[in-house]
Amino acid sequence: MSVVDHLPILIIIIPLIAAPLCVLFDSAKVSWLLALAACIFSFIGSIKLLNTITASGPISYSLGGWQPPWGIEYRLDLLSIILLLLLTSIASLVVLFARYSVEQEISKNRIVPFYATLLLAIAGLSGICISGDVFNLFVFLEISSIASYTLISLGKDRRALNAAFKYLVMGTIGATFILIGIGFLYMQTGTLNMQDLSERLPSLYDNRTIRAGFAFLTVGICLKLALFPLHLWLPNAYAYAPSVVSAFLAATATKVAVYMLLRFLLTVFDFNFSLNTMPLDVILIALGSVAIVSSSLVAIFQVNLKRLLAYSSIAQLGYISLSIGLASKLGIASAIIHLFNHALMKGALFLALGAMIYKVGGAELKHCQGMLKRMPLTSLAIIIGGLSLIGIPGTAGFISKWYMINASLEAGLWPLALLILFGSLLAIIYVWKMVEAITLQPSTSTATAPLTRDEAPLTMLVPIWALVIANIYYGINTELTVSLAQRAANILVGGY
Amino acid sequence: MSNVAGLFNYWVVIFLMMAGFFVVISQGNLVKKIIGLSLFQASAFILYISIGHVSGGEVPIYVEGSNLYSNPLPHVLILTAIVVSVSTTAVGLAIIIRIKETYNTVEEDEIQIIDNRKDDEDEPVEEEHPAEQKEDQS
Amino acid sequence: MDIALLAMLCVTAIAAIRIRDLFAVTMLFGIYSFLTATFFLSLDAIDVAFTEAAVGAGITTVLMLATLRLTGRYERKPKHNIFIPLIVVSITGAALVYGTLDAPLLGDPNAPAQQHVSPRYIEESPKEIGIPNMVTSVLASYRGYDTLGETFVIFCAGLAVIIILGIQDSGEVHPGRSAIGDQLVLRVVVKVLLPFILLFALYVQLHGDYGAGGGFQAGIIFASGFILYDLVFGEGDARLIVPPNFLKRLAALGVLLYAGVGLYSLFNGKAFLDYSALSDNPTSAQHIGIFLVELGVGITVFSVALTIFFAFSGRAQITVKTDRRPPL
Repeated sequence: MSVVDHLPILIIIIPLIAAPLCVLFDSAKVSWLLALAACIFSFIGSIKLLNTITASGPISYSLGGWQPPWGIEYRLDLLSIILLLLLTSIASLVVLFARYSVEQEISKNRIVPFYATLLLAIAGLSGICISGDVFNLFVFLEISSIASYTLISLGKDRRALNAAFKYLVMGTIGATFILIGIGFLYMQTGTLNMQDLSERLPSLYDNRTIRAGFAFLTVGICLKLALFPLHLWLPNAYAYAPSVVSAFLAATATKVAVYMLLRFLLTVFDFNFSLNTMPLDVILIALGSVAIVSSSLVAIFQVNLKRLLAYSSIAQLGYISLSIGLASKLGIASAIIHLFNHALMKGALFLALGAMIYKVGGAELKHCQGMLKRMPLTSLAIIIGGLSLIGIPGTAGFISKWYMINASLEAGLWPLALLILFGSLLAIIYVWKMVEAITLQPSTSTATAPLTRDEAPLTMLVPIWALVIANIYYGINTELTVSLAQRAANILVGGY
Repeated sequence: MSNVAGLFNYWVVIFLMMAGFFVVISQGNLVKKIIGLSLFQASAFILYISIGHVSGGEVPIYVEGSNLYSNPLPHVLILTAIVVSVSTTAVGLAIIIRIKETYNTVEEDEIQIIDNRKDDEDEPVEEEHPAEQKEDQS
Repeated sequence: MDIALLAMLCVTAIAAIRIRDLFAVTMLFGIYSFLTATFFLSLDAIDVAFTEAAVGAGITTVLMLATLRLTGRYERKPKHNIFIPLIVVSITGAALVYGTLDAPLLGDPNAPAQQHVSPRYIEESPKEIGIPNMVTSVLASYRGYDTLGETFVIFCAGLAVIIILGIQDSGEVHPGRSAIGDQLVLRVVVKVLLPFILLFALYVQLHGDYGAGGGFQAGIIFASGFILYDLVFGEGDARLIVPPNFLKRLAALGVLLYAGVGLYSLFNGKAFLDYSALSDNPTSAQHIGIFLVELGVGITVFSVALTIFFAFSGRAQITVKTDRRPPL
C-alpha cells in the first residue's frame, strides 16, 4: 500500500495536523513554513488524484476500515476533485502571500494561532468536498465555520468583531438547519451515507418528512452560500477581515457552499426531484436574478473597495445560482465553470487589494491615488481582474458569461441572457470606478507617500500574478475547465 | 388518536425549537441571542434523540438476555453536536466580550449607531493596542 | 413523566424570552439544560444525558455568567418590532410540523431509523469491538473519524478563544486571594472533594467502555476540579500549577495523539484509523485503539476547557479591577 492509495485521507489530514504542530513549535516563521508545506502537499496530491479520477472514475475510501454505511466513506468524484484543486491551489498562494501581510495586520502574539486556524479552515473546507457521509460533512463544515468566524474577527478595524459575530449567528442557524435536514433524512432512511441515501430516497420522494428535510437542507446551505436574501453577513465580513482572510474566504468558502448545494441536489437527491418536482428551479432563478441586479447596484456606490468587491461576489453567486436554476446539463456546467473562474478573479483582486493595504495602509478610493505609478504591477493586476469580472473576451470571466448565456438561451429563457448582459454592464460601472481611481486621478501634492515606485514584496506579487495569469490562461485555453465541468455536470445530472 | 399522541412529543419539541429561534432573530442584546441559539440547538437535539428512541428498549449498553435496545447512532451524532454547539457558544461569547470592551455596549442597535457615526467620519477605526510591548513575553 | 418534563421545558423557554434580567435568563438556561438532560435519560440516552449535563448545563452556564459579569446584567427594552421574526418563526415551525406528519411514531421499533444501519451496531458490536457500550463503539470505532473531527472542533474553539481573548498573564493575579473572599468552610470542603473529583474524572475516562462516560465527560470533570480550585483558593492559583502556555501545547498533543493513532494504521498499510493495525487479536486491537483515542479526546477537552476558563476569568480580573483596557 503506497502513499497514493491513501492520498484521499492524507490531503485532509496533513493540513489538519499541521495546525496543532504550529501550536507546538510556537514560532511565526515555522508556522508559515508548515502551512505552506501542508498546502503544497495537498495541492500536489489533488493533481495526482485528478489524473486517477479522470482515468478510472470515482474513488472510494473507507475510514477506520469499516465498510459504508456502517463506517464513514470518503468519495471522490470529478466535482470533488475540481473543488479540491481550487481549494488547495488558492490556499497555497494565500499562505505564500500571508508572510508579510499578517505581520502588518495581526498583532504579533496572534500570528501562530492565526496560521493554525487558517490551516483548520483549509482542512475543514477540503473535508467537506471529499466526504461521502452527510454527518461527516456537517462536522467538517463546523470546523471550517468556527475557524472562519475567528479569522474574520482578527481584522484591525473594530467593525470586524460585529461582522464576525453576525456571521457566527447566521452561520450557526444555517448549520442547525442543515443538521435538522440530515435528521429528517435519517428518520426515514436510517442511513447517513450519500450513496446509500441516493438509492433509498427515490421511493420516498412523496414523503413529507423527506420534503421538509430537503427544504431545511437547501435553506441552510443557501445561508452559507450568501444567496439573496440570506447574504447579509457577507459584505461586512469580507470588508473588515484581514486581507489574507478576505481573499481566502472570497475564493473558497462560498464555492464550497455551492459544492454542497450541487452535491445534495444532484447526488443525494436527484436532478429531477430537486429542480423539477420541487420548485427550486424557479426559486434559484428568481433569487439569483435579484442578487445580480441589487448587489451590483449597491456595489457601484461603495467607497471601501473591499466592500465593493464583496457585493460583487454576492452578484456573482447570483449568476451561479441562476445557472443552476436553469436545470440543464449546460446550466450546471456553466455554474461550475463560473465557480472556478470567479475564485480566480476574486482571489487575484482581494490579494491585490491586500498588497495595496500593505503598502498604502487602506483600501478606500482615496487610497488609490497615484497607484499606477507607485505600484504598477499591483495596479495592472487589479485592472485585469476587473476586466475578468466584467467578462471581457480574453479573460476567464468571458468564458463563464458565454456559457451562462448559452445555457439561458438553450433553456429558451432569453430574458435571462439579457439580464446577464445587464449585470455585466453594471459591473463595468463599478470596475471603472476602481480603475479610474487607480489610473487617472492625479495624486495630490498632499499625498503622504512619495510617488516613487514602491511595489509590493515578491511573496505577495507571485500569488497575485499567478492568479492573474491563470485568469488570462483559462480565458484563452478553455479546454481544461470546460471539459472537466461538462464531464462533472454529466455525471451529476445523469448518474453516479 | 394515537397518531396525534405519538406526534405530540415532536410538536412540543418543535415549539421549543421555535422559541429559541425566535430569541435569536428578534432580541437585540447579543448575549441573549447566544442564549437563544443554544436553546434552539438543544431542542433540535431532543428531536434527534426522539428519533432513536425505542419503546420498551434498553439503554444501548449490552446486557445479557436483553434483546431490544434504543438506537445508539443518534446518541453518537448528538454527542458530537453538543460539543460543536458549546464550542460555537464559547467563541460567540468571547467575541461579545471584545465587543463590549470596544463599544461599551452589547445591544445590537447601539452598536449600529456607533458604527454609522464612524462611517460618516469615513475613518477605519482601529483597536487600541495599549500594551503591545507586554505581548512579547510568552 | 415525559409530559411533565416537556411542560417544564416550555415554561422555562417562554420565561427566558420574556425576562430581561439576563442573570435570571442564564439560570433559566441552566435549568433548561438540566431538564433536557433528564429528558434524554428518559429516552434511554445516558451518554448524551451525561454530556449535556456536564457540558451544556455546566460549562455553557459558567461561560455565560462570566460574560455577563463583563457585559451587564440587564437587557434594554427592545425597540424593534417582532412582526418579521414572528413570521419567519411561524413559517419555519410550520415546515417542521409538516415534516413530522409522515414521521414514524415515537418509540416505534420498526421505524426506518432503527433498521438497516443500526442493527449491526447493536448486534455485532459486543462481539466485533468487544465492549458493552454500543455508543462508545460507534463513537470511537465505527464512526471514529467523526469524533476526530469533533476533537478538532474543540481544539479550534480553544485557538479561537486564545486569539480573541488571549491567555497572557494579566499581571494582576493574586495567588492566595480568592475571588469570593476567604471562606474557610469552602476551602476545607474543596480540599476534601478535589481528589475525589479528579479520581472520578479518571474513572469516567476509563470506564466509558462499560458504562456512560468517555473522553469528553472525563475531560470536563477533570477541568472543573481545577476551576473549582481556582475559584475558591485564589485567582490565578491554578495558573501556577498549569501555566496557559503548557495548556495549549497539551491541547495540541491530545489531538495529535488521536490523529497519530490513525496515521500509525496508515504506516502499517491499513486504512486511516483502522485499529486492526494495533494488535493481532481483533478485539484487543479495538480496545487499545479506543483507549488511545479517548485519551486524546480527554486531554484536549481538559486543556481547552481550562484554557477557555483562564481566558474568560483573566479578562474579568483586569476589566473589573482596574478599568484598564486589557492588552490584546
